[in-house]
Amino acid sequence: MKSVKRGAIAAAALAAAVTGSQELRAADDVIKVGVLHSLSGTMAISETTLKDTVLMMVDDINRSGGLLGKKVEAVVVDPASDWPLFAEKARELLEKEKVAAVFGCWTSVSRKSVLPVFEELNGLLFYPVQYEGEESSRNVFYTGAAPNQQAIPAVEYLMSEDGGGAERFVLLGTDYVYPRTTNKILRAFLNAKGISDADIMENYTPFGHSDWQTIVAEVKAFASQGKKTAVVSTINGDANVPFYKELGNQGIAAEEIPVVAFSVGEEELAGLDTGPLVGHLAAWNYFMSVEAKANDAFIEQWHAFIGDSDRVTNDPMEATYIGFKMWAQAVKQAGSTDVDAVRQAMYGQTVPNLTGGTAVMNVNHHLSKPVLIGEIQDDGMIETVWSTEGEVPGDAWSDYIPESAKLTADWTYPWVCGNCEAPTYAMN
Amino acid sequence: MMSFGRLARSLLFLAVTAALLLPATAAAEVSADLKGLAERSNDAKAAAVERLAAGGEARAVAILQAFLDGRLFRTKEDDRFVIGARSGGGYVIADAVTGEALGEVGKRALRKVRINNRLRQLVKGKLGSLTLGSPDPAARIRAADAVFRSERAEMTPALQAALEREQDAKVAARLRRALAATQLARSDDKETRIAALRTLADFVDPEVRALAAAVAALGTDGTPAEPDSEIRAAAQETLDEIERGLAFNGFLANVFQGVSLGSVLLLAAIGLAITFGVMGVINMAHGEMVMLGAYTTFVVQEVFRAAAPGLFDLSLLVAVPAAFLVTAAVGVGIERGVIRFLYGRPLETLLATWGLSLILQQLVRSVFGPTNREVGNPSWMSGAWEVAGGLTLTYNRIWIIVFALAVFAVLVLVIRFSRYGLQMRAVTQNRAMASSMGIRTGWVDAMTFGLGSGIAGMAGVALSQIDNVSPNLGQGYIIDSFMVVVFGGVGNLWGTLVGALSLGLVNKFLEPYAGAVLGKILVLVAIILFIQKRPRGLFALRGRALEA
Repeated sequence: MKSVKRGAIAAAALAAAVTGSQELRAADDVIKVGVLHSLSGTMAISETTLKDTVLMMVDDINRSGGLLGKKVEAVVVDPASDWPLFAEKARELLEKEKVAAVFGCWTSVSRKSVLPVFEELNGLLFYPVQYEGEESSRNVFYTGAAPNQQAIPAVEYLMSEDGGGAERFVLLGTDYVYPRTTNKILRAFLNAKGISDADIMENYTPFGHSDWQTIVAEVKAFASQGKKTAVVSTINGDANVPFYKELGNQGIAAEEIPVVAFSVGEEELAGLDTGPLVGHLAAWNYFMSVEAKANDAFIEQWHAFIGDSDRVTNDPMEATYIGFKMWAQAVKQAGSTDVDAVRQAMYGQTVPNLTGGTAVMNVNHHLSKPVLIGEIQDDGMIETVWSTEGEVPGDAWSDYIPESAKLTADWTYPWVCGNCEAPTYAMN
Repeated sequence: MMSFGRLARSLLFLAVTAALLLPATAAAEVSADLKGLAERSNDAKAAAVERLAAGGEARAVAILQAFLDGRLFRTKEDDRFVIGARSGGGYVIADAVTGEALGEVGKRALRKVRINNRLRQLVKGKLGSLTLGSPDPAARIRAADAVFRSERAEMTPALQAALEREQDAKVAARLRRALAATQLARSDDKETRIAALRTLADFVDPEVRALAAAVAALGTDGTPAEPDSEIRAAAQETLDEIERGLAFNGFLANVFQGVSLGSVLLLAAIGLAITFGVMGVINMAHGEMVMLGAYTTFVVQEVFRAAAPGLFDLSLLVAVPAAFLVTAAVGVGIERGVIRFLYGRPLETLLATWGLSLILQQLVRSVFGPTNREVGNPSWMSGAWEVAGGLTLTYNRIWIIVFALAVFAVLVLVIRFSRYGLQMRAVTQNRAMASSMGIRTGWVDAMTFGLGSGIAGMAGVALSQIDNVSPNLGQGYIIDSFMVVVFGGVGNLWGTLVGALSLGLVNKFLEPYAGAVLGKILVLVAIILFIQKRPRGLFALRGRALEA
């Protein structure tokens, strides 16, 4: 009798404990991820799409049972294209919302603004946009292209026979850190290839520049000096539409003066009649036009999620997709959302690219990805005309700038460092 | 895209030429070359283009043209080469070799035979040599230009023959240019080359300049590219002559660009000249009126696309009054709802209208989405008028200058001669007196604000042709607009005109030397200094209006 009673009590206690733990679990039954993309202001045009991409990925993972048995919940904030506000919102996400990871930022200046916050609070940021390199933070995973995965191959292509054999270059950019650094690397690269400074023209314009008449005329004049000339454009955001309109109207044919752009994708071309632009180039790691099963499935999923079959997909969306998948895999592997554990699990993580091949996360927090160069078509798509044979590992520190060529980024033992000339834990 | 009539005519013509000149190649050979076009390697593709063009068959021209236009496909189903013409979401296809019609298929059923810039240039050159004898002068000009760019030695006799036949002076000039360029590049005879350089000196053209510069230039190692010193001297002479012409044309182009920028500034500022200049309301939402005008254009064009695609070219003519009415209505709403409570309190007006501008932006973002909207250019606003080498005036800019001046003229007439204009001037000069004379001052205020906003909306129609149609469109113009109005003299329409044009010109003449960023800063500094000296702007209003 006594034992039965005791058994009953034990069972009750056990049951209580189980329900208790269930209640406890219910409280943190969700894994929160932060979405830090501008939904208003000048960058909303590009970043809103990425917010939707993250929401789509979250929706997708929840449909297939969540992560570690928990539901994933996206916390969306709007930093409103205001760089200091990015830092405030990042702090809010990490301190108040206690998110496991943040997907966000577009411009380099916004990334630089949140960097100290992520390092101070040991957060995780997945940055999905091509950028100027020269950085490797312990708290950031860069899923967009580094210069050696976009700018350098593009210029090599322009110099090749297929690309027209360009010998003179115009470097046009918006006046901020990404174009200036990229052009510094390109100038060093071109000089190394035997192209003198006299054959390089650099020009910067403010954000949102809309009157391109003079600059396009200057490019024409620069191109008429007897050598094949190509334009490398790091023009960002809204300024591209009037730039391309002016190019088209002044009748600059792509065979004569090809323009290769690093910030113009399917999304930017959507507001434009691309008829006069056929043949101008773009360099990315992803094009919507690539025929692959994974890509078709992704496009279909996107159209279903956004409820509009006219919407395009672009490279930063693929980078967001890869970043999110890798993070989810790393969380599964680590069995926890703890930042340090997830970071360790990230290295060597692989996700199939949407365009074929496999993206690998390297120890310098950059991906190995294929590089594609495409020509703009009259339907606003970009068709691949050249691609690398395999994946190119992203290089945090450019080999073409003397002071950064010496630096190594490697966050595993014995280096454990983002910009070192020697390992931190080297044996003496 | 080439019209069917013209395509058919040129095909017929080519078939006749081909039949006269060359034996018909077997369809099998054409198919083999087609396979070559679809190779992965660009060298193989280029070889296939050469073979197709050498065959000279009419079919080959159609195939090359389709290849160039991106209309040459392979069907996924049976791997057949077809030429497609777009229709709706899919393509109407015909067999590339036989021309047999194969009906309509979806986009996804076809794989495009890819072309790139290198091949495009090659194909254009080949097509040019095949179409030098076309009956259409425009096609002959295109052909001559393609040959000019390809500089192929074997074209010399064909060019000479074509030049002798040619009646049209314009085409003849292009042919002479192509011939001289070919001779300069490919001939071994010194006299011929020097004569070619002399001929080229007549063409003030950046592309010809490039040719002469290549001959006159020093190589990378410091040795001259051209060993013969006489030829080099002739090239230098040609180069100098072309450069003189280009410099003059460059000056004219600069003036045009300055006037064009000025006209954009004028359009953006002219509405503000009324609301700020005449009424004294600091309207920070002025830029958003411009933006609403641009979105109205977008909506009108969507209606045209859906209901009457054939009349698309007329869409802007409908968009102008539509944008005026929409933004004028919004303007009247703002005036009646907000601003009339704040007259005489400029700071509150500034904050309230700034808040309104944010609300309007976010509203548009919610309704139309944050991404750019495509506003098409009607055909009469696309392309450029090539006046001379180095002087190309784009049609959209020309029309915007005309439009800006027309809007300005109409506005001046309305204010000077209409009954409403008289009332408006009366109210701004002396509100109490006007009121006691029986003028409904509240109504005049609302109408004036509506007029200013409506004009901003019309500016939006014009700006949609050269700028992004996005929720941020207006922000880029608000500062410039205030600058123009303050510089020109508050309350004076003529001041706005002169202010806008002079700012445009100064900006464009500074830009080549100072760059776009520094140029803008310099202009801003100059205006600040100018305002220190003349606080009332270029044309100050005198008399009682100042005290009002």
